[in-house]
Amino acid sequence: MTTPATNNALAPSADLRRRGQLLSFEEAWALFFILPFALVFVLFIAYPIAYALYLGSDLSAYPRVLTDPIYLLTLQNTFVFIVFGVGLKMLLALALSSFFVLPGRGVRIISALFLLPWVAPHIPSILSIRWMLNSDWGMINTLIFKLFHVDGPAWLTQPSYGMLSIITVHIWKYLPFWTMIIVAARLGIPKDLYEAAKIDGASPSQQFRYVTFPAIAGVFLTSTMLSAIWSLGDFNSIYLLTGGGPMERTNTLATMGIRYAFRKADFEAGIVTMMSALPVLVPLIIVLLRRLREQR
Amino acid sequence: MSDASTALPRRLHENVLLGVLGLVIVVWSLLPIYHMVVLSLTPPREGFAGHLWPVNPTLANYVTVLTQADYYLAQFWQQLGNSALIAVAATAIVLACSLMASFAISRLRPRFGSLVSYLALVAYFVPATFLAIPFYQVMGTYGLLGNQLALVLCVVAFATPYAIWVLQQNAHTLPDELDDAARIDGAGPLQMFTLIYVPLMLPTIVAVGAFALMLSWNEYLYAFLLLSDESRFTIPVMLGQFMADDAAPWPLLMTSGVIYMLPPTALYYVARQFQSSGMMSGSVKG
Repeated sequence: MTTPATNNALAPSADLRRRGQLLSFEEAWALFFILPFALVFVLFIAYPIAYALYLGSDLSAYPRVLTDPIYLLTLQNTFVFIVFGVGLKMLLALALSSFFVLPGRGVRIISALFLLPWVAPHIPSILSIRWMLNSDWGMINTLIFKLFHVDGPAWLTQPSYGMLSIITVHIWKYLPFWTMIIVAARLGIPKDLYEAAKIDGASPSQQFRYVTFPAIAGVFLTSTMLSAIWSLGDFNSIYLLTGGGPMERTNTLATMGIRYAFRKADFEAGIVTMMSALPVLVPLIIVLLRRLREQR
Repeated sequence: MSDASTALPRRLHENVLLGVLGLVIVVWSLLPIYHMVVLSLTPPREGFAGHLWPVNPTLANYVTVLTQADYYLAQFWQQLGNSALIAVAATAIVLACSLMASFAISRLRPRFGSLVSYLALVAYFVPATFLAIPFYQVMGTYGLLGNQLALVLCVVAFATPYAIWVLQQNAHTLPDELDDAARIDGAGPLQMFTLIYVPLMLPTIVAVGAFALMLSWNEYLYAFLLLSDESRFTIPVMLGQFMADDAAPWPLLMTSGVIYMLPPTALYYVARQFQSSGMMSGSVKG
């Protein structure tokens, strides 16, 4: 490699900047190194976003969407999905982290198995659950019948049970990830804090309240917000389980947008549906950007 | 002293409770996967019986899948190959783009570095589903609809920002003195990248690479939208076709699901050994 590096090797880039050059030697190289990502970003992220905003500025699509009764139901479902799906998942993750921080081989083995839902690809495992929950021949209702001699509920074909099943599958799939994030944060808390608390006579619940929680509150909040954003985009837990049915009554914004665009070939309506998440999405992203930047 | 008599039963009590909790966690986590395996061992016609364990276990479904002896599975091997090829191609591009960008941002520290890492972070936050419609249309503009390259680029677009973020965080732990010493020895940015940065980042590269491989291998929505020809399908799209009717041979679906699940599962547990902090480290850094 023959790069003309030698004569510049010791010149700090700040000096060059002061001399009024547009780019220092290393900055020119940095530009080269950033180029591939910049291309990917412009062509496949920025341009699609700009295109979506352009399509979404077509006002004629709004009445079509806003007067669709299914759209209002979809908004309601999305709210329920986020509040209960994310809320329960994060609370469970916090609770279970107390189990997974315990030392010992048993806990390590269980944590490896616990991660399997997150590791396993969505498609086969969610379709497996879809078959398990079939009200006529699924494993769950067979079990209910054997144990209690009653027919189990229509898990997937009755809208409120459908939402319950969707939320359960979402939690099943993503609980391991967030639990392990919280476990990692808890393992980073200095041990002497706990020893000091013990000397002061703090009970385990007081230790959690005064040592553990304050130390991980930041990570917990960041995680909850990030999880809310990503859960808005959770397509698979809904589409693969109920397909949005029965009668389109278990859709969220993500599945409904795709449905407008690709089943009804109404791309504008699809975009408008997705864009109705922006009033939640944009503030969350801004707050997250601030938090992650500050904490670094 | 009076504690000694009560401490032992209390500890026993606690251990029993923990054992029960552990059992509940294991059953909850494994039940759907267990069900998948049970169904894959069930004769195709007994798929509707709702058995709790395989009553007449058979490997016949595995033979059917591996010999492509069913309408739904006529191109199983081709599609498995497609999944693998797309995952490897996408991962290679993700690693190249993210290593280069993270090196520039964290080691060369240009003035525009923070802007780039900001944009990467925004891209990492945006849920991929919300870009599916415009992405599809933009791919149409580029003339890539139906082309597997479209799926590769989709994975590149969504995995690279995450990869940059994680690499960048780990790059900050490399001492600056390394770069200074290299500069004094006359190394240029290209040598600093190939001889210092890439070798030292290897554990993170493994974690980020495993993430990209899994993301690509698992991708359903985009694969389903972007690919139209069955010979170009990836496995998830093929599996999704079974949903079209309940009369489809679900034991075969579950069998191909088990086979399809094995590589990422194995990869994950191997990658986990490699980097003890796990693949999640850095994804939500407090």
